[in-house]
Amino acid sequence: MDSHAIATQPAHGEAGHESHEHPAFLRHHFETVEQQKEATAFGMWLFLLTEIMFFGGMFAAYLIYRNWYYPAFAAASNTLNITLGAVNTAVLITSGFAMAIGVWCAETKRKRGLVISLLVTMLFGLVFLGIKYVEYSEKFELHHVPGADFSISQFVHPSAESHEVPLGADMAEKTQIYFSLYFAMTGMHALHMIIGIGILIWLLVRAQQGAYTSGYVQPIEYFGLYWHFVDIVWIFLFPLLYLINRHPGR
Amino acid sequence: MSTIVSLSDQSTATLPKLSYLNKEYGLKSWLLTGDHKRIAMLYLISITFFFFLGGSMAGLIRLELLTPQPDLMASDTYNKLFTMHGVIMIFLFLVPSVPAVIGNFIIPIMVGAKDLAFPKLNLLSWYLYVVAGIFTVSALVLGGVDTGWTFTTPLSTHYLNTHVVTAALGIFVAGFSSIFTGLNFIVTIHRMRAPGMTWFRLPLFCWSNYAAAILMVLGTPVLAIAIVLVILERTIGIGVFDPTKGGDPLLFQHLFWFYSHPAVYIMILPGMGVISEVISTFSRKRVFGYTAVAFSSVAIALFGFFVWAHHMFIMGVSNYSALVFSLLTMLVAVPSAIKIFNWAATLYKGSITFETPMLYAFGFIGLFTIGGLTGVFLGSLGMDIHLTETYFIVAHFHFVMVGGMLMAYLAGMHFWWPKMTGRMYPEAMSKLAAVVTFIGFNLTFFPQFILGYLGMPRRYHAYPPEFQVLNVLSTAGATVLGLGYLMPMIYMTWSLKYGAIAGANPWQATGLEWQIQSPPLTENFTEIPVVDYEAYDYDWLANKTKHEVTTVG
Repeated sequence: MDSHAIATQPAHGEAGHESHEHPAFLRHHFETVEQQKEATAFGMWLFLLTEIMFFGGMFAAYLIYRNWYYPAFAAASNTLNITLGAVNTAVLITSGFAMAIGVWCAETKRKRGLVISLLVTMLFGLVFLGIKYVEYSEKFELHHVPGADFSISQFVHPSAESHEVPLGADMAEKTQIYFSLYFAMTGMHALHMIIGIGILIWLLVRAQQGAYTSGYVQPIEYFGLYWHFVDIVWIFLFPLLYLINRHPGR
Repeated sequence: MSTIVSLSDQSTATLPKLSYLNKEYGLKSWLLTGDHKRIAMLYLISITFFFFLGGSMAGLIRLELLTPQPDLMASDTYNKLFTMHGVIMIFLFLVPSVPAVIGNFIIPIMVGAKDLAFPKLNLLSWYLYVVAGIFTVSALVLGGVDTGWTFTTPLSTHYLNTHVVTAALGIFVAGFSSIFTGLNFIVTIHRMRAPGMTWFRLPLFCWSNYAAAILMVLGTPVLAIAIVLVILERTIGIGVFDPTKGGDPLLFQHLFWFYSHPAVYIMILPGMGVISEVISTFSRKRVFGYTAVAFSSVAIALFGFFVWAHHMFIMGVSNYSALVFSLLTMLVAVPSAIKIFNWAATLYKGSITFETPMLYAFGFIGLFTIGGLTGVFLGSLGMDIHLTETYFIVAHFHFVMVGGMLMAYLAGMHFWWPKMTGRMYPEAMSKLAAVVTFIGFNLTFFPQFILGYLGMPRRYHAYPPEFQVLNVLSTAGATVLGLGYLMPMIYMTWSLKYGAIAGANPWQATGLEWQIQSPPLTENFTEIPVVDYEAYDYDWLANKTKHEVTTVG
């Protein structure tokens, strides 16, 4: 079957363990560095698979409700700030790019480059969260946050300059579902970013000590996978939430 | 073909001087361990605690149902009891039972590895389990939760002011514990196998745990998000499941059962793995149709993802989708039957002996077959309308979960107890316990099939007087059953100190775990083994023992 599973190096006795030559990062229960790499990479991809299933539940809900309440979804989507959304998309892609550079720096053993690119990754991540904060607070002012304070007046009586078609009160109620999903999806996404930034701080400290630029690049590589995954979720969220039935120039 | 292996004389066996149990001492060496065997023991202690907690609730429920009138407790207390019984038994006992205790201990040794792929993640799983337990117990202590274990919306989001969020957080955290265990198993089985240990030389226990791990990894995150949405709905008022805001409560059911039906297979598949090992060992014969049994586990895992809506037939899903889900549900019976028939064929012309694990395994086969077949009743659309939400359902899933999984868990605990502790449990007592459990179980749950068929609804604390006879039988059975579960707990604890020394291979079984000392060393193998024989090759074992040079000292 797959030959990867087979440890290629003959086992060593208990006594010889200390004197045996292997890099410090090789955990005792793995036979070879190769086996450790493959196991950890596989584990990381499996973890990302669970993340896909996690977000998948919300995407399924989005799909169903968007089909049911399309006019409400379109109208509610048009109230989002597309400029901020687009800027945020660019910010996040830049952050992902810096992360990719970081992985390259770790592989080519450039400690300074690694530290700088991790810093840039984190900085752009924080900028993203800052912009998200501005967007969220806008929603509070407009009474678009689901709950007791939610108001449908903007959708029943749209202002003249917005060129929106007024919704019936019944359909306008459904905008609350859109905003529920908006907050749940972007909120879960933001939570993943916050966790990511927490891990980044740890990686930065260790990178500064030179832990990842002497041949042991896996933590950087796997964090990169996580960070890119979070990016990709946003790449789906942005068009699904911001770009429903946009008519530029109308 | 079967081979008779004469049991070697175990009377001269001694406990090994060094093992995972005495390598280090002190609480810290246990709480911060990375050793899969020690983590398995931590799990064993904690799930035993929760089993008896959940079990005592079952006892109170049965006591209340002794009489038709509500006399022992108020209706809301009763609701809280069966909710907690369900939550604890499912998320804190059944899901982690065989994988996290037996699987954790045995799988790395079976594949010939020194540990699971991620020892720290394994320890984290246990800590998450403990946190989940703390959340659940606090929900209980603070005043309980009465949604039923299904957290059905809008009941859970709008109509109850009990501790839904606390209990839901407990389940959320327990879910991550189970995801990490599953992830660890998949990576270990893929990447940590010893040289020569090919996929089709793996013991079937590994295959079934692998299948269950797939379900854990793919299903549990969906439960996690469903629970997050319920919590957000209760706390900040988002409306994904709220009909007044345009949300659909049925969507919650879809998301919930997308996990919770596969969860049934998470619970039963590892148990089936135990049965394969036990049946083969005590018939001294290779499991009949090894490949079919291995793939039937994977098939159950696969089909398991496409049958969830059979929990929702009466909830207004479309007739056409109900038709499809009904058909798919019946298809699950096929791989399950493959297993049952192959075990029966393994027994055929085997040299069968009746040790305790084997008795439990026989219990499993009979009870699981009844539980599985009544599942087909419930999967057929017409019958389901009559039987769902009655005691028929209760009896059905207790036959599968208690008659099936718990029997398998006890079979496995007895089977691997000598390996885990180095000591034998008392044979006569344990045989008695197995028989008492079997009798108690049937007395408890068989009347419930009849009660359900006659129309007694589940989740009520009072019932019409004509149902009393069957309910008294059931409560009497529960008493016997409780006794049957207390016995192993007592004599196994006793055997830790006074049990006979087991020796390396008391059952003359073929798995790699039986070729090393019991209890094993921390690193399992002093030298990573090279596997050059098929699984369940008793000829190999006979030859090995013949040519073995016994050294004294």
